Amino acid sequence: MQSEARTLGDVAAGVAPAAIENRTGIGRRADSLFGLLTLVSGSLVLIVLGFMVVSTTNTALPIFSSEGLSFVTSSNWNPADGNYGILAFIYGTLVTSIIALVIAIPVSLGIALYVVEAAPRWVRGPITYAVDLLAAVPSVVYGLWGVFVLLPLFLQPAAALLSEYLGFIPLFAGPPSGLSYFGAGVVLAIMVIPIISSLSREVIRTVPDADRYAAYALGATRWEMIRGAVIPRSRAGIVGAVMLGLGRALGETIAVALLVGSATRIDPSVVRPGYSMAAVIANQFQEASGDHIRALVGVGVVLFAITILVNMAARLMVWRMVER
Amino acid sequence: MTDKKKRPVFSLLAILLLVLTALAFAACGDSEPRTADPASGSATSDAGESASGGLSASLDGAGATFPEPLYLEWIGEFTQVVEPGVSVNYQGIGSGGGIEQFTQGTVAFGASDAPMTDEEVQTAAAATGSEVLHIPTVFGAVVLAYNLEGLDELRLDPDALAGIFLGEITNWNDPAIAALNEGAELPDTPIQVVHRSDSSGTTAIFTGYMEQISEQWASDVGAGKTVEWPVGLGGQGNDGVAAVVQQQNGSIGYVELSYALESGLSMATLENAAGNYVEPSLESTALAGEGVEFPDDLRFSLSNSSADQAYPIVGATWILAHGPMEDPADAEALQAFLTWALTDGDGVAQELGYAPLPDNLQELALEKVDAIGS
Amino acid sequence: MGRSPSPGESAGAKVSDINSARPAGRRLWTNRLASAAMLGAVLLAMIPVGLILSYIFAKGMAAMSWEFLSEPTPFSFRRAEGGFLNGLIGTGIMVGLATLVSVPLGILAAIYLQEYGRGLLANLIRFFSDVMTGVPSVFVGLFVYTAFVLPFGFGAVMGAAALAIIMLPIVVRTTEEMLKLVPLELQHGSFALGASKFQTIIRVVLPSALPGITTGVLLAVARAAGETAPLILTALGSLTITTKLIGEPISALPLLIFDGARNPFAAGQERAWAGALELLALVLIFTLLARIVASRSKISS
Repeated sequence: MQSEARTLGDVAAGVAPAAIENRTGIGRRADSLFGLLTLVSGSLVLIVLGFMVVSTTNTALPIFSSEGLSFVTSSNWNPADGNYGILAFIYGTLVTSIIALVIAIPVSLGIALYVVEAAPRWVRGPITYAVDLLAAVPSVVYGLWGVFVLLPLFLQPAAALLSEYLGFIPLFAGPPSGLSYFGAGVVLAIMVIPIISSLSREVIRTVPDADRYAAYALGATRWEMIRGAVIPRSRAGIVGAVMLGLGRALGETIAVALLVGSATRIDPSVVRPGYSMAAVIANQFQEASGDHIRALVGVGVVLFAITILVNMAARLMVWRMVER
Repeated sequence: MTDKKKRPVFSLLAILLLVLTALAFAACGDSEPRTADPASGSATSDAGESASGGLSASLDGAGATFPEPLYLEWIGEFTQVVEPGVSVNYQGIGSGGGIEQFTQGTVAFGASDAPMTDEEVQTAAAATGSEVLHIPTVFGAVVLAYNLEGLDELRLDPDALAGIFLGEITNWNDPAIAALNEGAELPDTPIQVVHRSDSSGTTAIFTGYMEQISEQWASDVGAGKTVEWPVGLGGQGNDGVAAVVQQQNGSIGYVELSYALESGLSMATLENAAGNYVEPSLESTALAGEGVEFPDDLRFSLSNSSADQAYPIVGATWILAHGPMEDPADAEALQAFLTWALTDGDGVAQELGYAPLPDNLQELALEKVDAIGS
Repeated sequence: MGRSPSPGESAGAKVSDINSARPAGRRLWTNRLASAAMLGAVLLAMIPVGLILSYIFAKGMAAMSWEFLSEPTPFSFRRAEGGFLNGLIGTGIMVGLATLVSVPLGILAAIYLQEYGRGLLANLIRFFSDVMTGVPSVFVGLFVYTAFVLPFGFGAVMGAAALAIIMLPIVVRTTEEMLKLVPLELQHGSFALGASKFQTIIRVVLPSALPGITTGVLLAVARAAGETAPLILTALGSLTITTKLIGEPISALPLLIFDGARNPFAAGQERAWAGALELLALVLIFTLLARIVASRSKISS
């Protein structure tokens, strides 16, 4: 095993020649110059973020001003006639993300709780690795796999079953399609499960063991211990993790573009095709020009605004949790 | 000591990068540019080495996906065999995009399945100060490709077709379909309509036909390169629609004949204006041109032909060019390409499921090609 | 990590038996149900893991060949020949450029946060780098499109710029976490020897944190290599091999897979599967390297 923690001897060997240089004063000047350099690099994050907002908003401005509020309140999107209402895309983005969370939250929490609280030690590592593997898979690979494997294998039969047995509820009315809000939502769920479960895992780990033993000492079963001691202690962090998952789901582009069905429509049924903000940008960009492109940039600005709010809320929650 | 352990990672990265770049340089020497950049609008540089056919130019074109398979084959053969000094780049971005790019002057030629409207022609002509030429290249059929387990043959009449696309017929075992397909086992499967999600000449041909056969369609939906679909899901491009139909059991969508043939999709037999059921084929497509009077600007429609055995949903596809073009070398190259395509390219067209122009129209088209130069 | 709840659990069951006989059954069953649900969640999540890996491997290997690795994409998806070399090269160039830009900047920014930054500005930077990791990548693409592609055209540099913006906050935050773990005594020792802050950071702090930083960089590279959406808007894609950095659209593996996933032709779909295998292998190699480096470094654990 090598040791990372260097000894002071190493330090001496490393800096001794430099210390001699310092007597000339060059070192000191380099010092402040370097400090400035890091300051500039650090500020770059803020500058880029600001520039992002300004540049995109500026490009989309003509559409914002010509469409006005109807840009976000109308669902009439027809670039050929110069109509740009993006409500159907906003709706699709929200619906697919909600479906993803409905599936992903229980699964992710189950995984996190199992790994921290219940799993035999030897399976913890493999489960963690396997779930993290899901996080490494690029979204375009999810899309390809979703369309050619999951669609015939699961999405289409599942959509058909949902509308057959629950079709009397408008939410599941047919005719069912595998390429739908539901189909996109399922694949999104698979994509956000690693995010939510790994962050919740970390948060649950921070619950002190003393709390656990206190619960057991009071005669709690494991589940009662989890409900009474673990969940309340980590609730804020878990909510933060869910919000980060939501942020990812809202902005996910390629997998949704391939699975949502690309229909510009607000459909109350989740087993019917729709569209999402990110997907419409990816799908229509190549054929677009002029106002159409400006409108797509406008879609991006609205998407950015929504995700940034979700993300800021999530970060604040996770931060508060960690600082405690 | 620790440093030694870390280095391999960085060296590995460095080697990876080096290998990639080296590969790139080694391989780029022998490849010719094959694709266009549809939107950057950068001026094209002459990539051609010394030309054995005599001409040297680099042309960018963009537009319809309907004839894209054919144009790519034509371009491949023309630039590799006939005029190696010429490079032609074609990007299938949809007819709407093709007209836009052509109007903005970012491509040397556009391509569209629907003729430009009067207004579009005026805008484009005003932008460049030259005439807008519509040069028809081939006829193509828009077929109804479907994917339904256990059903190899499907007959549809105009009413059933309109019913399906209006969302009134929602199941494959609907009596309206059953009545036309006696003996066929129609399953209790919901119908999933697939349409284009981009701006498309194929859509214009299809909706133009629908408008002719259904009053309700005409009043509720209308015709155009994009329409508001009452039902269905969207696919990007002809290939996107064909892909979605192929992926989903129970789906039906409209695509250009060659896409259905190439991807092995079943196609519906349609009842034409004369009351005959006609299978989509090259012959029935070509027949749609019979007895049509072509106007001077060659903006015509072939939809719902009255010919006895003609397939009903047929459209022509056009190359859009300026007459005359600004750059004489480009003009000469485009003329050579189009002349070759319209005459010697017939065989390739038929192989791919496109019907070559009838003789009288071919002559008119070649006259337009002449106008590119002068 | 050294907690084992099992003794507590059995004790809890016994205690409840004494206290109240009837609810004990229900409580035990609830407990069992909850355990089963947790295990069920894990098993459910394993299904996609298995399905993705097996299908990508099986379908990818079936279409994989030397030709696929060594030739560019044919001009039509219908054609059977050719491969994704153009995409591999494009991905290599763009990810390489993005790494060259984002890694030094990200490390400098992290040094600022850890060693110099105090107060509001540092907190703002820290907060917004976190927020920035959540910005949809397609929006980053739109930004680069409006700011750089409109004036200069599509190209490798534009794609790299988008990827660099995506990588930057990842590098900043992981590097900062690693710098935090470097023992203060080392720095103090260095100062005591008369070294300046700059020298201490360069010669003492950074080398100590290097394995952790490398891990962060590798993860950022893996993330960037798999990005598709921003490249549609900046690199655009091309079927030929390009090494021009600017003014000419360039391809990338994810772009070619995306096109392959939405075309109906068998040949095109097979190439997409082989491409997915190639991309996944690349990404997993980087992820694995990151894990190896991370597990070797003591401070990061």
